[in-house]
Amino acid sequence: MKVPLSRIAHTRSGDKGDISNIGVIAWRSSYYPALLREVTAGRVKEYFGELVKDRVERFELPNLHALNFLLHHGLGGGGTVSLRTDAQGKTLGAALLALEIEVDERDLTD
Amino acid sequence: MIRIANGQGFWGDWLEAPVRLVDDGPIDYLTLDYLAEVTMSILQKQRQADPELGYARDFPPLIGRITGKLREKRIKVVANAGGVNPVACARAVLKAAPGLKVAVVLGDDVLGRIGEFLGKGYEMRNIDTGEPLAAIRDRILSANVYIGAFPLAEALATGADVVISGRCADAALVLAPMIERFGWRPDDYDKLAAGIVAGHIIECGAQCSGGNCQVDWQSIPDLANIGYPIVEAEADGSFVVTKHAGTGGRIDSHGVKEQLLYEIGDPRQYMTPDVIADFTSLALKDAGPDRVHGGGVRGRARPEMLKASISYHAGWKASGTLVYSWPQALEKARAADRITRRRLDQLGLKFEEIHTEFFGVNACHGPAAHPVSDPPEVQVRISVRGPDRRAVERFTREMIPLVLTGPPGGTGYGEGRPEVRQIVAYWPALIPREEIRTRVEVVE
Repeated sequence: MKVPLSRIAHTRSGDKGDISNIGVIAWRSSYYPALLREVTAGRVKEYFGELVKDRVERFELPNLHALNFLLHHGLGGGGTVSLRTDAQGKTLGAALLALEIEVDERDLTD
Repeated sequence: MIRIANGQGFWGDWLEAPVRLVDDGPIDYLTLDYLAEVTMSILQKQRQADPELGYARDFPPLIGRITGKLREKRIKVVANAGGVNPVACARAVLKAAPGLKVAVVLGDDVLGRIGEFLGKGYEMRNIDTGEPLAAIRDRILSANVYIGAFPLAEALATGADVVISGRCADAALVLAPMIERFGWRPDDYDKLAAGIVAGHIIECGAQCSGGNCQVDWQSIPDLANIGYPIVEAEADGSFVVTKHAGTGGRIDSHGVKEQLLYEIGDPRQYMTPDVIADFTSLALKDAGPDRVHGGGVRGRARPEMLKASISYHAGWKASGTLVYSWPQALEKARAADRITRRRLDQLGLKFEEIHTEFFGVNACHGPAAHPVSDPPEVQVRISVRGPDRRAVERFTREMIPLVLTGPPGGTGYGEGRPEVRQIVAYWPALIPREEIRTRVEVVE
């Protein structure tokens, strides 16, 4: 079945220059495999479209059941250069919560 | 065990937070993180205008306000409030709180050494873009090297009540008391890394104790009285993140995880001047109400290069807004944008970028925003930037005329013409560690 990412994870995002970072944390350790499988760098890149001018990198933190994404050239120049209201990417993590992912019953067992 | 609190996550954070931290319960150290990436350039300008300025001006009156509690509870303060003028900051603190012992850490400010570095063949290329520093040399406004926790610990070892630094790694403010009290050495990699992880968790203040937290946010109690975070640090490197009893907010492992992932790159190598910390080695667990335990952190030897934070003039920008109401609010706002761009084009004005957002539609999430139909109102925000100040100034005259010359129902122009602002951009670069010599001075 299709569910939004918010069903299995929460997020926080911020900036380092013109890179936006989005931390994605599974609500339960048992959800981490689905997170790993569904939320790839490619899907995140596709989701944000023209907002991210360069590559998306993904790092895994199995100890925290979490992923960290770096959206390179994702902030319109970053910091003080960017003309965006959200020049620091504070809300990009929230945007990602609506990403549609495919899970089954086994993925959602506690 | 020592208790280290953080009462400011940036310059402009809640003024009451450090006061409540010293009032509402036991702490041994109060850290205050004032410096964001471009704060140094603002401070450098202030110092150029007045040689007695260039530091976080909130800091001396704060110390004046809490000096009684600092003495009574023997609390030490570690803050990067010094900006580009730590000595002037120390003098202002002594004026606000006579009798305290104040130590400053110097050596981070390398604005006067750029020529020397380039002459030695250090290109100081932009870490993000690869461009050599020579490209912007005549536009540099400030240059500081991130220093680590050991010079701060050395300053604490003088017996100072207040330690003031300029640019330092944020988490170093929290690591420094651990080094000083526990006698950690530069090759205690795992312990230093643990201190950095603890420091990273609390360096943004209440962002680890319930602020800006997605974890069932409506149920987080009493954000009006949110408690700022405290690390209970042990000599073996383990720690507990907590807050004073009776304060608002919430500390649990999910909220702490959000903060751990905030503004990091590769979690296996979180680079600091003192150690490279591996965030994937941390074991985190809930340890009672508003208590999260951390342990198991691994670290590696510090990097050979230190990071420099350089700011430079990068042109001018302005943003103007108008509001359009139903019906066809979005269509009207889009028409206003098209008309403005046409007029700018006809004037022959050149910009590096023109950027338009529609508040209520896509300002935050851009193309990822879900579609809305027939909103009751939309605010259009048009922004420009470029090297020519006059072109940006001319743009600021183009928004308000739309009220009489564009689509119907434009309003919300009450604040007048937009302001032209200087763009001070950030240039991260590397410099060999041996070039940077810090020193500690006690200011009487």
